[in-house]
Amino acid sequence: MEEPFLRIEGVSKSFGAFQAVKDVNLAVGKGEIFALLGGSGCGKTTLLRMLAGFEEPTAGKIFLDGRDMAGVPPWERPIHMMFQSYAIFPHMTVEANVGYGLKHEAGLTKAGRAARVAEMLDLVQLKPFAKRRPHQISGGQRQRVALARALARQPKLLLLDEPLAALDKKLREHTQFELMSIQERTGVTFIVVTHDQEEAMTLADRIAVMDRGEVKQVGSPTEIYEFPNSKFVAGFIGSVNSFDATVVDREGPNLRLSVPGLGGAVIARDVPGAVAGQKVSLAVRPEKIQLGKERPTSPNSFQGHVKDLAYFGKDSLYRVALGDALVQAHAVNARRGDGGARIVDWDDEVWLSFEPSSAIVLVS
Amino acid sequence: MSAGRFSRWFDRKGWAGLIIGAPYVWLLVFFFLPFLIVLSISLSTNTPTAPPFSFGGEHPVINPSAYVRILTDSLYVRAFLTSLFNAGVAALLCLLVGYPMALGLTRVSTTWRNVFLMLVILPFWTSFLLRVYAWMGLMGKNSWFNGLLTDAWNILVPMDWAVKSVPMMHSNFAVVLVMVYTYLPFMILPLYASLERLDPVLDEAAMDLGSRPAQVFRDVTLPQSVPGIIAGGMLVFIPAAGELVIPTLVGNASQPMIGRLISDEFGQARDWPMASAIAVALLVLMVVPTMLYSHFQAKAEGSK
Repeated sequence: MEEPFLRIEGVSKSFGAFQAVKDVNLAVGKGEIFALLGGSGCGKTTLLRMLAGFEEPTAGKIFLDGRDMAGVPPWERPIHMMFQSYAIFPHMTVEANVGYGLKHEAGLTKAGRAARVAEMLDLVQLKPFAKRRPHQISGGQRQRVALARALARQPKLLLLDEPLAALDKKLREHTQFELMSIQERTGVTFIVVTHDQEEAMTLADRIAVMDRGEVKQVGSPTEIYEFPNSKFVAGFIGSVNSFDATVVDREGPNLRLSVPGLGGAVIARDVPGAVAGQKVSLAVRPEKIQLGKERPTSPNSFQGHVKDLAYFGKDSLYRVALGDALVQAHAVNARRGDGGARIVDWDDEVWLSFEPSSAIVLVS
Repeated sequence: MSAGRFSRWFDRKGWAGLIIGAPYVWLLVFFFLPFLIVLSISLSTNTPTAPPFSFGGEHPVINPSAYVRILTDSLYVRAFLTSLFNAGVAALLCLLVGYPMALGLTRVSTTWRNVFLMLVILPFWTSFLLRVYAWMGLMGKNSWFNGLLTDAWNILVPMDWAVKSVPMMHSNFAVVLVMVYTYLPFMILPLYASLERLDPVLDEAAMDLGSRPAQVFRDVTLPQSVPGIIAGGMLVFIPAAGELVIPTLVGNASQPMIGRLISDEFGQARDWPMASAIAVALLVLMVVPTMLYSHFQAKAEGSK
């Protein structure tokens, strides 16, 4: 097998009795945008700090481009970081901030340095602000100074700690695409730490979902969303209806489950490792559930009544009481009701249905 | 009474003006007016009367002779130079000793930080005079401390240079040493205040961009602590320049310093105009650089 660009091999980190990172194994390819996604305290920041060299792993090894990073101090690593708070030097101009790392680059003349700074300021569209001081520019501009400063030394790996967290919603969307385009132009490998699943989904080529120091699943955004491998990942990424279920038997490419919460049997896509009689979880995403007044032909159809509904205009979120379960269904409002009346309203009797391929069976 | 009602009552009654104005009234009455008195005495003529000065009559209303003497009599010029030199060396040494201590204070746990801060302030709990006398005891010819230094010296240097004791007392060395000891907390506290505000993430950012710890200190920590250095420097330099007790007790009597000159002119010589003129000159020497500094700093802040 070809050696991956960045290889994290059995890395653990303990602070006293607390284990912040537990036996993490990851391989990241060159030029990839890789996201570490998890809630606060999941160990993602500790892992990032170990990559930057601010912490040494308690166990395990990190290889970058085939080189063992153990014992290499932060100032000698070809890895740069964009800090969550941006960490811009307040006593230097924008220009001096961006050029700071370059003075350590041997063989770079003063003119070469100035040219690189200009190139970086161009990249993040901050040319007119070169002589300003950090407190004279906006938050979004500061974020771009931090990015330009980290990219100026042409790192092999760029670490971004919650790169968009401090920006307001509108700027965040814009910056997201800008980050992706800058990554594409520079070809630098990005590792993004975030707690925001949407940010991870849109930015990253691949995501590692972390929980309590462990990597739960690694995959593309689609894999993570459509094929979560555990209850945790299914619940962390997007919302999900989750039920206790028991495997009854196999039926062609599908499994037949008994789901007491839905008061009947459910046909779901087969998963490896499922055996008859096994207790599993059934997860169905709200937007994968069809909702209508007519009885559908789908094998997984259940009748209930609308307990709650939230109308957002283009779509609506329904909470449907089904036996003792409350099922969430998210439907696009593709048609208009007559005279302002809703097609499905409070306390209406409705049919819920979902395809076997949309039913996720979680063994763990 | 709610906060809103309180602040309305406060504003209506003009309390805010009083609270802001009180310090200015205090400064006016107890600093500016006395200064004007000293200034006018410095421009009067010394007479053998009580009080020993007079304006007008057979004497000129404004008599600048005291100032002329300060500028021309080498005694005064030397006293000024000695005082400024000693105060400058003391401030510099305080900075060199105090900076690592202040930096260390920001790097230890909160518990230890409070203990160490307490230790920095602790000497103030005993009388200043007592501490100077303690130093006199330590530096004196017959003290164990001097004996220790003498033995060390005699072991380390050739026989020809052997001494009976180390001559520490009654020298500029003694003055500077005791000044550094006395004023060190005034350097450490403002330095600590400015270093403590710095964001440790900035150090990491500099390291991440290729700086070794020494370069991080030079590029990030030091430039950001300049306000603390200047505040501490002034807090040490200004009182040290006019210091009276330390030069009197441990200094060289034949090498006068400003504080002692002022005291001598007022007391033994009964030349109040001369004493006042020295005091005014010292004040001008101290205030003008301070004002220039804050002027340029305000300009720098404004242009940021």
